[in-house]
Amino acid sequence: MWVRVKLFGGLREGRFTVKDIETCRTATVNDIVEKLGIESQEVGVTMINSRHCSMGCTLNNGDQVAIFPMIGGG
Amino acid sequence: MSDRIFRVNMTDLSTRTEDIPDRWAGLGGRGLTSHVVAEEVPPVCHPLGPDNRLVFAPGLLSGTAAANSGRLSCGAKSPLTGTIKESNAGGMAAQMLARLGCRALIIEGKPEGDTWYCLHFSREGIEIREETELAGKGNFAVVETVAERLGKHLGVITIGQAGEMLLLAANISVKDPEGKLRSHGRGGLGAVMGSKRLKFIAIDASGCSVDLADPDCFREASRAFAKALVENPISQALGKYGTNILVNIVNEAGALPTRNFQSGQFEDHEKISGETMHDMIRERGGRVKHNCHPGCVIQCSQVFNDRKGKYLTSGFEYESIWAMGADCCVADLDLIAEADHVMDDIGIDTIETSVAFGVAMEAGGLEFGDGKGMLRILKEDVAKGTPLGRIIGCGAGHTGRAFGVTRVPVVKNQAIPAYDPRSVKGIGITYATSTMGADHTIGYTIATNLLNSGGHVDPLSKEGQVELSRNLQIATAAVDSTGMCIFVAFAGLDDEKCLPALVDMINARFGTALTLDDVMGLGRRILMTERDFNLKAGFTSAHDRLPEFFSKEPLPPHNAIWDFTGEEIDSFWDF
Ligand code: SF4
Repeated sequence: MWVRVKLFGGLREGRFTVKDIETCRTATVNDIVEKLGIESQEVGVTMINSRHCSMGCTLNNGDQVAIFPMIGGG
Repeated sequence: MSDRIFRVNMTDLSTRTEDIPDRWAGLGGRGLTSHVVAEEVPPVCHPLGPDNRLVFAPGLLSGTAAANSGRLSCGAKSPLTGTIKESNAGGMAAQMLARLGCRALIIEGKPEGDTWYCLHFSREGIEIREETELAGKGNFAVVETVAERLGKHLGVITIGQAGEMLLLAANISVKDPEGKLRSHGRGGLGAVMGSKRLKFIAIDASGCSVDLADPDCFREASRAFAKALVENPISQALGKYGTNILVNIVNEAGALPTRNFQSGQFEDHEKISGETMHDMIRERGGRVKHNCHPGCVIQCSQVFNDRKGKYLTSGFEYESIWAMGADCCVADLDLIAEADHVMDDIGIDTIETSVAFGVAMEAGGLEFGDGKGMLRILKEDVAKGTPLGRIIGCGAGHTGRAFGVTRVPVVKNQAIPAYDPRSVKGIGITYATSTMGADHTIGYTIATNLLNSGGHVDPLSKEGQVELSRNLQIATAAVDSTGMCIFVAFAGLDDEKCLPALVDMINARFGTALTLDDVMGLGRRILMTERDFNLKAGFTSAHDRLPEFFSKEPLPPHNAIWDFTGEEIDSFWDF
């Protein structure tokens, strides 16, 4: 299946901003993070289709996964 | 020197100093401004009349070597909201006032006639002078002229044309280390300063310093505190990208108010994002990191240059960029930066004014996306005080009423900032219950709702939001009293060594034995004092509500609505 992965902040460096990635049917957010060579402690927030999710959430075909580093502001 | 209270009476142009009364002994920053306003300002007075008082107070730790401790609180009854108001800003003034032994500077009364005045505050005391040259001038001219007249090292607190014209969105600006500006942005405090005919305050703290009760303990605690800040990953991200890194995450979460709050996502979000801005700053030789006062170790500010590499603006914040960008649909960071600079010069709140533009765009006075039109109105109308300029310069609520718009995002007449309460429900509780009208900084639930700092509370569910907002509002009131920038809160939420070190510094500064519970108790006391003022000014729980459209219009992409009952909101005050 295919999912659309969006990266933000420093996670884009040496990678990409948005990319469609092919994965197996049981893939989790964590699998994508590992596949991209991102250390799990670099990850601050993950969302599937604009909803916050945990790293263990499984993905469905066509999902949009957003991966953010730790960020702040206000 | 021992700390004192300094008073300036603008009615008879006199000054005096007083010992700090016992009941104010442990107070600084917001704790002190709010207590002074609550005790000395009649709650039903006209905010621009002689009975209102403008109070400046550095935080408890300002003027010391404590990292990030240079925030200045400014308080009064707000002409925009009619409530009590405190707004804090960086810049050099807090540290200088603290070194002059000034725990609070209270400006009272109002002169007859149309003469403008300025204050010169040094170790010799405060001198009131007439000011003619700078009347009608913008903030940058004030800062430059004061530097020429009195020296570059002076601190400056100033108002622009907006404050002189008593516009309700007028802010008060404070000079930063580079001669640029930081602002007491919200609530129209610039109009209060203007009503007292005070154009600027120059501060000279040469040769003065703050006494510490226990310098060794202070040094140790201050080292631990700075370490907690520097090592925190969110602090590091703030230094790298500034607050504007939020555009993309708030957009992704469907909470970026767009087109005057018609949608939660902006299709051109990447064009105004923190990532894009970071690249532009680097390409143009600006500065990614910059501090609003010496001693800040987080450095969320930046210097943004134009295409030719010339300085355009600094302290370019997410909320300002959101307001002009997504809310008015202007997808051009250069135009936004120019408008930001113009508003700094006129001395007007970027959030209130830009949200007012969004409302005006909805009314059809200007097309959504017309950044050039916005810039023109700022320069030709707001700065010059034409009738249109005065309407917009009095804020979003005023603009909505003048043009018959029903979708007007305000609470207690103050514009709702950069997070839609339908998709981030915790912040909606903060907007509704804030003692100062809609304000995100007063209980920043975004940290936990969207950024996973201090845990996670689902932004779209009602559960846990009231408690989250309450805890954050109490903690923020306490932090706002220390002189700390609110961005220390991320380390405070996630690093258990951070807040105890903060309390240790307060104890070492004053020779006290406060606990963290005592400091949080102070936060509670401040909130109750502020609320009590508002109740006496005629506010009721009916004012602690969001505008009707939030309950009626589902917000894409989640199609979320604001669904808290009045009773649920009011339970905020059960503490
Ligand atoms: S983190 Fe930003 S707002 Fe806070 S003190 Fe530093 S520059 Fe100022």
